[in-house]
Amino acid sequence: MNKQIKEWINKLMPLAALVLVYIVFAFIAPPSFVSLKNLELIVRQTTIVGIASLGMTLVIIGGGIDLSVGSIVALVTVCIAWLLMAGCSPIIAALGGVFAGLVCGLINGALITRLKLVPFIITLGTLLVYRGCAKGLAHEQKIDAPLSWINELLAALKPEQSWMVVPAGVWMLILLAILIALVLKYTRFGLYVFSIGSNEQASRLCGVPIENVKLLIYGISGLFAGFAGLMQFSRLTVGDPTVASGLELDVIAAVVIGGGSLAGGEGSVLGTILGALIMTVIRSGCTQMGLSNWVQEIVTGIIIVVAVVLDRMRHKQQS
Amino acid sequence: MSSEFRLKLDNIKVRFGGTTALDGVDFAVSPGEIVALIGENGAGKSTLMKVLSGAVIPNEGHMSLEEKPFAPRNPQEARHSGIAMIYQELSLPATLTVQENIFLGMEISKGWILDRGKMHNVAQTALKELGHDISLETLVRNLSISDQQLVEIARASAVGCKVLILDEPTSSITRQDVQKLFSLMRNLKAQGHSIIYISHFLEEVEEIADRFVVLRDGKTVGGGKIGDTTRDKIVALMVGRQLTDLYPRSKHAFGEPLLQLEALTGETKLQSASFELRRGEVMGIFGLVGSGRTDLIRSIFGLDSIKSGKIKIGTYSGYATPSQRWAQGAGMVSEDRKGEGLAISRSIAENLILSYPQSCETSGAFSPKRMLATANEWVSKLSVKCRSTDQKIGELSGGNQQKIALARLLHHGVDLLLLDEPTRGIDVGSKKQIYEQIDNLACNGKAVLIVSSYLPELLGTCDRIAVMNRGRLSPPRNVSELTEHSVMMKAIASDLENITSNA
Repeated sequence: MNKQIKEWINKLMPLAALVLVYIVFAFIAPPSFVSLKNLELIVRQTTIVGIASLGMTLVIIGGGIDLSVGSIVALVTVCIAWLLMAGCSPIIAALGGVFAGLVCGLINGALITRLKLVPFIITLGTLLVYRGCAKGLAHEQKIDAPLSWINELLAALKPEQSWMVVPAGVWMLILLAILIALVLKYTRFGLYVFSIGSNEQASRLCGVPIENVKLLIYGISGLFAGFAGLMQFSRLTVGDPTVASGLELDVIAAVVIGGGSLAGGEGSVLGTILGALIMTVIRSGCTQMGLSNWVQEIVTGIIIVVAVVLDRMRHKQQS
Repeated sequence: MSSEFRLKLDNIKVRFGGTTALDGVDFAVSPGEIVALIGENGAGKSTLMKVLSGAVIPNEGHMSLEEKPFAPRNPQEARHSGIAMIYQELSLPATLTVQENIFLGMEISKGWILDRGKMHNVAQTALKELGHDISLETLVRNLSISDQQLVEIARASAVGCKVLILDEPTSSITRQDVQKLFSLMRNLKAQGHSIIYISHFLEEVEEIADRFVVLRDGKTVGGGKIGDTTRDKIVALMVGRQLTDLYPRSKHAFGEPLLQLEALTGETKLQSASFELRRGEVMGIFGLVGSGRTDLIRSIFGLDSIKSGKIKIGTYSGYATPSQRWAQGAGMVSEDRKGEGLAISRSIAENLILSYPQSCETSGAFSPKRMLATANEWVSKLSVKCRSTDQKIGELSGGNQQKIALARLLHHGVDLLLLDEPTRGIDVGSKKQIYEQIDNLACNGKAVLIVSSYLPELLGTCDRIAVMNRGRLSPPRNVSELTEHSVMMKAIASDLENITSNA
């Protein structure tokens, strides 16, 4: 009994941390921090990192890492702008951009499984390759694109749209999060992701098709980076090959703060989303208080280390 | 009277929780003497080594080193007192040089600065005394295994060791290198070092050791001068125990062959294996650590590749991956429960159904509810002790973990069961249950292959037994024609030609 309660407390830890951070800023930041408008802004700002971190959750549970997501996001924004400029309809441009993300992810997966190299090395390489592709495709400039409905995905809601509660992009994050949570719990693939991350040898012994599962994991990570790129484009309204550099670190941090273990085998969608929200809340709070960027970075860095230390202590307790 | 001994142990006892690992060990070694420590797997040799190297603190007993009480509290203390261990699996950091390795953890320094010059000289002298010259700047990963052993020994003598312990040093090196090692040991002996030599190979023991001590079930059961005894007497001391009713045995009816091997050769240790395993039959493979017995079972299951030879499971010929093997109706239990057998951080239920999640699907979607229900069934069938099937499997005892590892095969409903050390490190109660399951499976027409280094369980459960020796598998023989003695003789023979003449 006691142990089950403890397990629940562990699961709620990221939520408790989010509430705690929010309350602290509610006290020390100006009153505008707790306004509904700011809350909406926080949610909107979480969307890009949030969507990309869903894919990363799979990757990290499976015992891997994907460093290329920031570059994929940039490449996707460039692709969308390029397609729009070439005269494609917004829906084709959006799908084309997301598809580019999927292809990038599958390339990562194929290289990792065929060459049998560690994901860190492969995705460190493709981080540069995809970034280079984006720059080449855009001739190292921003590509301007005509405004379309894509740009409304992540914009603040107009008064007549208030029935939507949050913009379409946030709904997309919510739906994708539910989807991945269900996939992890209710599909054979989800079971395999956990088992490979927990013990790849044992999974091989059990006949788990490790190569295919890994290929799919990185494919999904790329696909979700594609969705994140769509959101990024929505916010920028231009295709920018230099955008989202370092995004992968925010994404990994979200998963880790949310209880994901870099050793694999552990992590949850809910935790990851909470982790992403914690980081945005800190940023928003610091901005509202007029603190500089460097303070935000230091605070976020400390939060990451504290989260992992707490996680480690939790593990020791259990064993 | 103990004055003649450098190291002396009196009545050492070690208990882990409820189990007694060492139950009264007496042991002594003099300066300039090589003592062989002999015993079956699980006899307590490795625990005794851990006591000497400070990794385990005995519950009872007394140790003295050069007439002073010796009670190391950790490996550092033991090492500083002059006890040096050389493990079977060498553990040198491969990307450091020979010289860096020799002093690792005991570097000579002036204040904060490493004294590389002095270390170089000391290492050079140590290697010269051993009669070898490897360049001190070579990276260890570029050395052969026997040269790595040499580095380990140099490492021991460079820091002034008094007692050198070698654990199965010859199991992974060639005959020629064994001779090199022996001349090295004689060198050290002449310099007055005390050497404890652990080995399964009795010929080698006879060649190099002055005295021997036999451990069985955690106790010293005998010993003496090598010249005063025969190999038969030593083997009798090693195995001397009775079969009990631990092993249920029904009459098995044999059906058609399910697994057929013909001169199967692997990429590493496995040299040659041929046999037929029929439905309804339990066959045992006996071999010492490093003999290639695990490589055989891994090659059969597709975890290791096959170099040449024929393999046929049911109607399927040739190599297949583990996932194909499951589909062909074969399943395997690994000897390495934590590393390969189970996903320790996942639940009992997940581990149980991992090879066959399809069984827990309803209309295409995986159902956690059904998984738990399935697991509950098996947990009660095999009386696994756990809080719930949702519990992490790492929290269970070894015996209960092993029951789940076996239940995975039962749940999958495979016809061919490959069991590698199915009862290693588990309690007697669980052992008995596993033996009962194995007997049951054979009665139901399944074929079971058991690899084990624990002879009594093979003699108790198997219909036929084959012996693996340095990668070669002897033809299987009916259990009724075999004794512990004859099987052990085959396994410890220096080369296979002796088997036919000795058996």
